[in-house]
Amino acid sequence: MAEKMTGAEMVIQALTDQGVEHIFGYPGGAALPIYDAMFQQDFVKHILVRHEQGATHMAEGYARSTGKPGVVLVTSGPGATNAVTGLTDALLDSIPLVCITAQVPTTLIGTDAFQECDTVGITRSCTKHNYLVKSIEDLPRILHEAFLIATTGRPGPVVIDIPKDIQFAVGEYFRPEAETLRHQSYRPQVDGDLAAIETAIDLMLKAERPIFYTGGGVINAGPEASENLRELAELTGFPVTSTLMGLGAFPASNPQWMGMLGMHGTYEANMAMHDCDVMINIGARFDDRITGRIDAFSPNSTKIHVDIDPASINKVVQVHVPIIGDCNRVLEEMIRIWRSRTNAPRTEAIAGWWTQIQKWRDVGSLNFKNSDTVIKPQWAIQRLYEATRKQSKEVFITTEVGQHQMWAAQHFHFDQPNHWMTSGGLGTMGYGLPAAVGVQVAHPDALVIDIAGEASVQMTMQELSTAVQYRLPVKIFILNNERMGMVRQWQDLLHGSRYAHSYSESLPDFVKLAEAYGAKGIKCDTPAELDAAIAAMLDYDGPVLFDVLVEKDENCLPMIPSGKPHNEIILPDTANIGDIIDEKGRQLV
Amino acid sequence: MNAHLQPTGSAYFLTQETQLSERHTLSVLVDNEPGILARVVGLFSARGFNIESLTVSETEHDKRLSRITVVVIATPKVLVQIKAQLERLVPVHRVHDLTAEGAYLERELALIKVNGTGDHRAETLRLADAFRAQIVDATVESFVFEVTGKPSKIDSFIALMQPLGLVEVVRTGLAAINRGPEGM
Repeated sequence: MAEKMTGAEMVIQALTDQGVEHIFGYPGGAALPIYDAMFQQDFVKHILVRHEQGATHMAEGYARSTGKPGVVLVTSGPGATNAVTGLTDALLDSIPLVCITAQVPTTLIGTDAFQECDTVGITRSCTKHNYLVKSIEDLPRILHEAFLIATTGRPGPVVIDIPKDIQFAVGEYFRPEAETLRHQSYRPQVDGDLAAIETAIDLMLKAERPIFYTGGGVINAGPEASENLRELAELTGFPVTSTLMGLGAFPASNPQWMGMLGMHGTYEANMAMHDCDVMINIGARFDDRITGRIDAFSPNSTKIHVDIDPASINKVVQVHVPIIGDCNRVLEEMIRIWRSRTNAPRTEAIAGWWTQIQKWRDVGSLNFKNSDTVIKPQWAIQRLYEATRKQSKEVFITTEVGQHQMWAAQHFHFDQPNHWMTSGGLGTMGYGLPAAVGVQVAHPDALVIDIAGEASVQMTMQELSTAVQYRLPVKIFILNNERMGMVRQWQDLLHGSRYAHSYSESLPDFVKLAEAYGAKGIKCDTPAELDAAIAAMLDYDGPVLFDVLVEKDENCLPMIPSGKPHNEIILPDTANIGDIIDEKGRQLV
Repeated sequence: MNAHLQPTGSAYFLTQETQLSERHTLSVLVDNEPGILARVVGLFSARGFNIESLTVSETEHDKRLSRITVVVIATPKVLVQIKAQLERLVPVHRVHDLTAEGAYLERELALIKVNGTGDHRAETLRLADAFRAQIVDATVESFVFEVTGKPSKIDSFIALMQPLGLVEVVRTGLAAINRGPEGM
């Protein structure tokens, strides 16, 4: 049923029809008609951000914690360019976003008009798809198609650039219906090839040293995929490790859990990846942080790779059994076929493997030397984790990027999917604070904590103002070592401890800063006072900036240095990390 | 503490040295919408794939479909990636590796300007005749030839014209189609 309305009204109507309750945005000249249409309704609630990058990360946090697409509305020119970092972040981490950018009127496009930029040109390589709407007739289709593309297949960000005259133009709106949305060329493959799945099960049934290597794809495939992963792990008895993006899909409290793998993963997970005979990759993409040196990556294993994106298959690592499909559908089939073959897990056949894994676990790769006088960052996260376990509220964690992010991944444990939000692929410092705001918007009664570093958090600190405005009680847990800790660690490792610009000077007084924003500030620098300070943070009903002064020169270990294979991981007892990497490794990132 | 790297016998050494690059002709069916060419070209530059030749034009006006013929030189592993990455673009309907899929035809058109008088002029005309080049423009001191054929034939003709007064060349890039009754 077609209805006549303006382009701006169509935008709001389409958001309503798509069930979008919250959007994150910032107005500007070219976006005013849409803002005016929004003002005259109350289904879609708008969260006013302080910078468009904040809007994109909020939408990412919202999307990751709900499984629904995050929606962003920004103006032309700088509004669009400021959104680019968040769009790229969402592309690399496969987060469904719909970003509506306003554009100068079609008659002015190409004239270097005020606040004009080539938004579709700029965002072409950092979106899954983008549109410039040139006619009001196309707008309803594009609006609905954008949601379809953002949320199906391998999810990702979609930009719709809408010139101001199109926002004013009147046209016929239609609702999203299956028929009108049948796309001619976009058809993601969701069902895995049955023969390939059977081959995979055959291999798994013969495996003596198997491992599940799971990733963000399991989380993107919905909570059922995590349930099915748990079931398959139980049926098989195989160990499970996960990438940074996949944490929570498999419960950390389960005895089959190996911890995270990769550059800062556990010794047991990385050694098991290296020595396994059958690797079952579900929804991960052999990222360079995971594989280390490719020619020495898990050299003797047969590799099964389940991924919804055909371009991920054989991109980095050649696999023996590729299965293109939705992780959940493939997991369901795997369970069904496994059940049809056997009722017992392969406990006996892989007993030796578990014995070996136990030996690796006994190494205690996440151990650190604690202190009575100075707060160790790992310990601070452990104390935070213990304190949150006593909470009756649901707990969501976001992070910035750097050492604190890796320590959070190592020492904060997740039993549920969609409760861990971090910038994995792009590694965007400044992600965590706005992401926490987005999560809190979606889950107003939950406890949302951004585990941060003092350098990262300053990149998007202004969004604390957004949190205060909307009374979003996010907790910003800053591990303050007055260093860009990971940069400093790499300078130790690679550049003779010459600390070029890796220290945070002229740091603000975070307590006063919090107060200036109308939030609460807490500072803690003594181990004995940490628990009480954390309790005060958790008890406060409002946003808190928590400044934890931690050990300044702690290294994040274990670590697989660049250019090294998994079995050359540096463990915490290594004295001098500066002598480990050779000249060739130094050139890698 | 750290275990030594064992000899791997791995099949997963970086394949750059072991695989040889091949020349492949891909035929890509796309929606003829604004920006589609930029999407395809942007994909190649962003991922470091090389384009040898690229031809694009609308082929089915009613369905607003264009056919892009792109020639690439890449290792088999990279070719698979190129195809998968192209297929991932939303407006791309199908990608066919004509070189891998069997017999196919490829044709290119070139316009070639040659100056010359006297003996050179006569020799130019004789060679043009041998290559079935059409004269599409002529003055008392110059010709423009139109040559159609495989790129190698055009290469040969251009090489022959070089000493005879070649001024400039413009080429369309490749158009290719598979042999036999099957359509794309």
